[in-house]
Amino acid sequence: MATVTFDQATRVYPGATKPSVDKLNLHIEDGEFLVLVGPSGCGKSTSLRMLAGLEDVNEGRILIGDRDVTQMPPKDRDIAMVFQSYALYPHMTVGENMGFALKIAGVSKSEIQQRVAEAAKILDLTEYLDRKPKALSGGQRQRVAMGRAIVRQPQVFLMDEPLSNLDAKLRVQTRTQIASLQRRLGVTTVYVTHDQTEAMTMGDRVAVLKDGLLQQVGSPRELYDHPNNAFVAGFIGSPAMNLLNLPVSEGGVVFGDTTYPISREALSTGGKQVTLGVRPEDLSLAEHGLPVQVELVEVLGADAYLHGTLKSEGTDLPVIARVDGRRPPEKGQTVHLKAKEGHTHLFNTESGERIEA
Amino acid sequence: MTVTRTLQITSAAPDPALLDLPWDVPLEDWPANRLATLPRGISRHVVRFVQLSGNVIAAKEITEEFARREYGLLRLLRRLGLPAVEPLGIITGRTDADGQDLDPVLLTRHLQFSLPYRAVFSQTMGPEPAMRLIDALAVLMVRLHLSGFYWGDVSLSNTLFRRDAGAFAAYLVDAETGDLYDTLSRGQREHDLDLARTNIAGELMDLEAGGLLDESLDPVRTSDAFIERYRTLWAELTAKEAFGTGDRWRVDARIRRLNDLGFDVGELNINTDVTGTSLEIQPKVVDAGHHRRRLLRLTGLDVEENQARRLLNDLDTYRAATDRQGVDEDVISHEWLARRFEPVVRAVPLEMRGKLAPAEIFHEVLEHGWYLSENSGRDAGLDEAVASYIRNVLVHRPDEQAVLGVDTQEMPVVVDPLP
Repeated sequence: MATVTFDQATRVYPGATKPSVDKLNLHIEDGEFLVLVGPSGCGKSTSLRMLAGLEDVNEGRILIGDRDVTQMPPKDRDIAMVFQSYALYPHMTVGENMGFALKIAGVSKSEIQQRVAEAAKILDLTEYLDRKPKALSGGQRQRVAMGRAIVRQPQVFLMDEPLSNLDAKLRVQTRTQIASLQRRLGVTTVYVTHDQTEAMTMGDRVAVLKDGLLQQVGSPRELYDHPNNAFVAGFIGSPAMNLLNLPVSEGGVVFGDTTYPISREALSTGGKQVTLGVRPEDLSLAEHGLPVQVELVEVLGADAYLHGTLKSEGTDLPVIARVDGRRPPEKGQTVHLKAKEGHTHLFNTESGERIEA
Repeated sequence: MTVTRTLQITSAAPDPALLDLPWDVPLEDWPANRLATLPRGISRHVVRFVQLSGNVIAAKEITEEFARREYGLLRLLRRLGLPAVEPLGIITGRTDADGQDLDPVLLTRHLQFSLPYRAVFSQTMGPEPAMRLIDALAVLMVRLHLSGFYWGDVSLSNTLFRRDAGAFAAYLVDAETGDLYDTLSRGQREHDLDLARTNIAGELMDLEAGGLLDESLDPVRTSDAFIERYRTLWAELTAKEAFGTGDRWRVDARIRRLNDLGFDVGELNINTDVTGTSLEIQPKVVDAGHHRRRLLRLTGLDVEENQARRLLNDLDTYRAATDRQGVDEDVISHEWLARRFEPVVRAVPLEMRGKLAPAEIFHEVLEHGWYLSENSGRDAGLDEAVASYIRNVLVHRPDEQAVLGVDTQEMPVVVDPLP
């Protein structure tokens, strides 16, 4: 097992004007489950492929443990791309199916037997080792395929959107299973997804990328509670955080008919306008605050999501708030929303950077 | 809320008969009378073969995103002139009788006269066919890599093989894990090779476990031979070669070697050093199908590369024998077609035409004629060779026009609830 380090790692595609991955610095701890997440084209898959050795690194280095693997061919890196499709061979026993790749690699018979036995124990397949795959249930067959990766005892598991070809229900089920298996094995894992929910539910830490640049890396809670910039704020969380460009007055941010007091230093960094971020669950109905016209109410049971528009300086801004599902406001009504104290985020409207209040 | 979805067919050339298929039923439950063959084996996805307007098509259930991706990739590969199955279309918006959504379906045309590798092994024992399959797969992989295609799941099961005048020609069947780049990095090629090495050895070990592998074949050594074959071919097609300016014949020699391997040189870089005493050459653009293209131009016949080589040899012999060196090549080619090739094809009784592709029959008739001549010590004519071949050889051959079957024993790789 090992740490993984991206050290100023850069990938520029031939003919491209800007890097697909730009000076990525990222240190992944031994045994950690790190998720790379971001919208399409953000560089997450390219980063993973650089680690796998499938993409050339134009600048910087990649290390697995203390080994510089930047120039190393994929098979010498001691990694396993876990979720490529694996074939199961009908004439071979379950044990043979799990261990045959070791035979090709020249591992001794006794060593193969031992590793297969260990993996089978983790996957609860011990009693099936001498059977043929045909005799197994669908789920057991899938575990045999997993076993093939596990017996290789790689330093790092790499997974690139492994759930993308599953339907929504199975995806939810499977993501917790992968995460729990990873924790039992304790193997450093780098996982790529475009789905922030998947990232937040699976990763020990999550690295958010955009346009080839690392935006923030941290635990799911850190990203949720303390986004470094407006992009991360809007990307992490569902429904997304409301990001409202609001005018600034002497005393603070103008929030409808109220003003949120903000320290002078914070105000001075923002200019005439700041972006105020507030999550739907941190908004509530009030006498005063942001006047919002209700467009749609989505009742989920105990809660409801209010989708409305804020008329601000001639433009309509969409706003989402979580309200009581039993007595939600009605469509067409104008309501006032206030933000829970200590649960707002300020960002520089120009740069998107967080302003510490 | 009920959302009514409508069935959509995306296809370059939609066949109205597609509408008659039971799209509101999961493929798994399609009635046997709709199927061209009964399903066997377990596939990563549900795949069924159906008869449609006289053709056999393969239908695979897959998510919409993957279906669109694979459809697009297969179209691109074919546009680049690479051997891959032909994508026919995508069916989306499927719902069952209760209004539940069903997975989209990717349709591909079944490749006529192609064989899955297991069919080759179950027909012919001995180490020869295995090595010829391996050769064909190496050629396919080199061609795909030269065009910037990263396969991601190279295996014998993801390939179909057509007979090719004693050899085989390989076709890509499954592009699901693949991607097309401008050029591939060394790492991408190496990773593909590593996957190929594991998959091929695994597939052969499986045949071994099932008692289907010739004893003289070692799975690991055979898959290593594949890697070696790939590397040799890759080097021949791409390597730089340096020599003294006096050895300029080596430029021609390199081009001829590439032609012999079945490749045309589209672009060759030639550099001289500062002193002008040495030359360096490197092929930049090579296209497979050297003989195939020439035969197509001369006769309109579209066949595999080795078959083309064989037919062209016969055509050249025909020209020499009729001693009309001055006559236009096109005229002679049409004459050859009318007097040699077509009579052989026509001589095959209708009920035997599904056994082998016409060009393969012609090749086998030539081989057969050669043996007849050798045994009898006199020159057996074409008519005699055809008659004897049909009577003694072809009649015993199986039908290979539509050998179907889902051979990939692949499973979806997802994790099951842990115990």
